[in-house]
Amino acid sequence: MLNVTVNATEHQLPDQTALQQLLEQLAVGSGRIAVEINGEIVPRSQFATHQLADGDKIEIVQAIGGG
Amino acid sequence: MSEMTDKPLIVAGKEYQSRLIIGSGKYKDFQENLAALDASAAEIITVAIRRVNLGQDANEPSLLDVISPDKYTILPNTAGCYNADDAVRTCRMARELLDGHKLVKLEVLGDQKTLYPNVTETLAAAETLVADGFDVMVYTSDDPLVAKRLEEIGCVAVMPLGAPIGSGLGIRNPYNIRMILENATVPIIVDAGVGTASDASIAMELGCDGVLMNTAIAEAGNPVLMASAMKKAVQAGREAFLAGRMPRRLYASASSPIDGTFF
Repeated sequence: MLNVTVNATEHQLPDQTALQQLLEQLAVGSGRIAVEINGEIVPRSQFATHQLADGDKIEIVQAIGGG
Repeated sequence: MSEMTDKPLIVAGKEYQSRLIIGSGKYKDFQENLAALDASAAEIITVAIRRVNLGQDANEPSLLDVISPDKYTILPNTAGCYNADDAVRTCRMARELLDGHKLVKLEVLGDQKTLYPNVTETLAAAETLVADGFDVMVYTSDDPLVAKRLEEIGCVAVMPLGAPIGSGLGIRNPYNIRMILENATVPIIVDAGVGTASDASIAMELGCDGVLMNTAIAEAGNPVLMASAMKKAVQAGREAFLAGRMPRRLYASASSPIDGTFF
């Protein structure tokens, strides 16, 4: 199992989980989002191939209302 | 000179007919925000970058589904950042989620009570972002020397506050804004402090290239009507600036001729 943190919440994932699978599981895969893992941005083109690792800190962001 | 002969606002090489930039915060819902945006005729709208709410309904529309990046220039901000690193990180996330869009509004805050800019962190973040290829519109204090330094770093617009963010106190130091304008070769846009339409006109009458506001519209009793008022106020102030105002006099100057009086 992989223990990862997504937006400050702990998640347990099976080994060999790709980022895209996590996004689909969280139902955010289709939206306009950006993803950072351990401080590094993962381009959208790499979502399907990027394999998650134990201890990853994942941030998923979107645009919301603001001044 | 008619209004038709005015030059467009040019930011980072792109022309805008509107000199009003509005925010997308504090609205009741996306529809009200969109209606205000249409009434304002603004072409640039700011957004914030925040964590996705993982519990949310995946079918619920998001802001950018309603306010389309194909129709409007989306200006992601770094609101809530108190240091240069967080601001740079936020801009990089914004660029990724907007498919490489380089235009950002940099704001690095110093204090929660005043939301005054932390100028040293702002300067540091601006250096990094410009070097990284961003087009930086930067929120700053109304200090003319700092404004010039931000321009020299390569920011595409310098945006001094008129008064604290969300305060609605208007343009508190018009003389500083004038000094900033005298030295500037990039657009100067008053960002923050506008409370009502006359404040926006004052900023434009000073010669500012534009005005950015959020709360003045979103917290108005009728945001859509205030958005319309702001459109007109910015246009009126701009035209008054271009027209050139009459000199101020301490005493009266009769408008009707003295010659030809029969009494």
